[in-house]
Amino acid sequence: MFGESAQQELRPPVTRPAKEFLVSSRSDTLAFDLSSSFSSQPSSDSQLPDAKGRFGKFGGRFVPETLVAALDQLQSEYEKAQGDPEFQNRLDALLKDFVGRPSPLYFAKRLSDLCGGAQIWFKREDLNHTGSHKINNTLGQALLTLRMGKSRVIAETGAGQHGVATATACAHFGIPCVVYMGEEDVRRQQPNVQSMKLLGAEIHPVTTGSRTLRDAVNEAMRDWMSSVVDTHYILGSVVGPHPFPKIVRDFQSVIGRETINQSKDRFGRLPDIVVACVGGGSNAAGMFYPFVAETDVPLVGIEAGGRNSSAGNHASPLTYGEPGVLHGSFSYVLQDDDGQTQDVHSASAGLDYPGVGPEHSYWMSTGRVQYRSCTDAQALQAFDAVATQEGILPALESSHAVFAAMEIARSRTPDEIVLVCLSGRGDKDAAEIQRLKKEFDK
Amino acid sequence: MSAVDEVFVRLRADGKKAFMPFITAGDPDLEFTADCLRALDAVGCHLIELGIPYSDPIADGPTIQASYTRALNAGTRLDAIFEMVGRVSSEVKAPIISMVSYAIIFRLGIDEFLRRATAAGLSGAIVPDLPVDESEQFAAKCEDADFSLIQLITPTTSGDRAVQIAKKSMGFIYYVSIAGITGERKELPPELIENLTSLRKMTELPICVGFGISQPIHAELLKPVADGLIVGSAIVRRMADVKDDVSRTRTLKEISEFASTMIQAID
Repeated sequence: MFGESAQQELRPPVTRPAKEFLVSSRSDTLAFDLSSSFSSQPSSDSQLPDAKGRFGKFGGRFVPETLVAALDQLQSEYEKAQGDPEFQNRLDALLKDFVGRPSPLYFAKRLSDLCGGAQIWFKREDLNHTGSHKINNTLGQALLTLRMGKSRVIAETGAGQHGVATATACAHFGIPCVVYMGEEDVRRQQPNVQSMKLLGAEIHPVTTGSRTLRDAVNEAMRDWMSSVVDTHYILGSVVGPHPFPKIVRDFQSVIGRETINQSKDRFGRLPDIVVACVGGGSNAAGMFYPFVAETDVPLVGIEAGGRNSSAGNHASPLTYGEPGVLHGSFSYVLQDDDGQTQDVHSASAGLDYPGVGPEHSYWMSTGRVQYRSCTDAQALQAFDAVATQEGILPALESSHAVFAAMEIARSRTPDEIVLVCLSGRGDKDAAEIQRLKKEFDK
Repeated sequence: MSAVDEVFVRLRADGKKAFMPFITAGDPDLEFTADCLRALDAVGCHLIELGIPYSDPIADGPTIQASYTRALNAGTRLDAIFEMVGRVSSEVKAPIISMVSYAIIFRLGIDEFLRRATAAGLSGAIVPDLPVDESEQFAAKCEDADFSLIQLITPTTSGDRAVQIAKKSMGFIYYVSIAGITGERKELPPELIENLTSLRKMTELPICVGFGISQPIHAELLKPVADGLIVGSAIVRRMADVKDDVSRTRTLKEISEFASTMIQAID
């Protein structure tokens, strides 16, 4: 279905008015008029969260008492680490020599030509060691694990990117590692499962609930309830109880800081708009956070629109959900009227999650970031375009952001710069994409 | 004085301890839950904990998770739970305390939750994902409604914090025997008696122990240091077998007998 017709649709010159942006949004009237609403934002946003882990009303710590002491310990150890140049130097050296940072800023020229509008640039997090942005966080948290004197690590994973990045960091430091992964994700992300095993991690397939990321988080939390004294939980996104949303955001902020410096070097200015995909929202938070104070730059987060906008067929809590409590945090969630978490769907295992980081809920409430969602089919279209036009296989997750960037680029002029966080590479998705193409063809 | 307070005043005057079974609302259906409430009250349980099924219970082990999943898959909704409790609570002497996730309370709205819970005759709530630091607003409203918001203390809670939590808890303190999730355990942690003894020195409030408690021998061990015992998985496990009228009657009888045994052991 998206094969040939999508190619046709993408062929230049296609000029579209700005309002014809295809993805879904909470407030349709906004379309993509992204020029006006950013000037009055308070710059104190970068001081959040507050002492109770709140971003405005979002965030907090809704966890069993058993975990409170470990979260307090993590918070205090993190604060000490922040003030310790030795810690920062060690992390910086790892990011440079082990991960390969800074990741390049890349001009996707043929993709831009195809869209026939603005220039599309990629921040190449896919070129990091282990193939995604996840390693930025896992190395930081592994160093914190050592500081806290804990001897075991657990993690949850959806697409397997965070699992691989955690297994890698743990192998690097010699820490035993257990990764919880939904059985459905084990099936659709086999290459990452194999990598984790080769790196010495123990995989625990999760067979409860929808057998995806949400259930993997539940199981990891249950493990942590029993192992909290000697185990650190390396949470992979900007979700969960305080201080995880802050810590993960801070470790990922290297993405946005580099992007700002690289933009100034290459363009002599900042990009005209920045786009990132949002599941839990860690690559987006890392990209956006340093840009929050740069109020001239519109920021756009793209959620997984799945098959359609009806409950159970998408994973877009910011676009379609309500504020509520899930996995220790108060943020937008997909729940029924009784507060039961709804099933979600996305072709992309990394976005297949019913919640989102509390800071994203906050940024949506202040209007600093606009959130949209795009469908499985649209993400696959973007995947094809990037693969065939640029010689890059983007992760299905990142393909959501690329689709939005292509749509935005069409309505802009060639001197404008649309910057996308290409959060991961898509080798892991090759088999699943073949399967999905067959499913779509039917 | 709340209904929960009254139970402990009476028990303390008699030098007795409380036995509090836990059952899941709607597993396998609410009629069975109603029968369980009546049966557990009839054999002399002092309080009954009613689990409101939740899709993501991170403090629960496989037995209660599976029970919640059965209840939700059977279509158990909050409206129907409140309706059932409303029908049964006037028939049973034992105060019924809900075990409910804050995800559910928040979704309903804390005022609406309290209004409906008290109207149905629930006497209190244990909210496992609402630590004391986040509970101020809800706690104040519970206090006003004479609805006991029971706080939890665990082996990972520091002494200073335990004192703070004890000050905030209403009705009793739920002491979690182990750092871990719910589920039957043969052996209780060796430091449990010591932990309870030191907690006893910090507060006048009754202390009930839960997580892992499942055998009469546990009751005998804990009797000298606790004011009550909470048993969940050992009861809920039996509900998995309920399929037809025969197994309903049999399971109800088994649960009642088990509760009687535990009450005798703690007496």
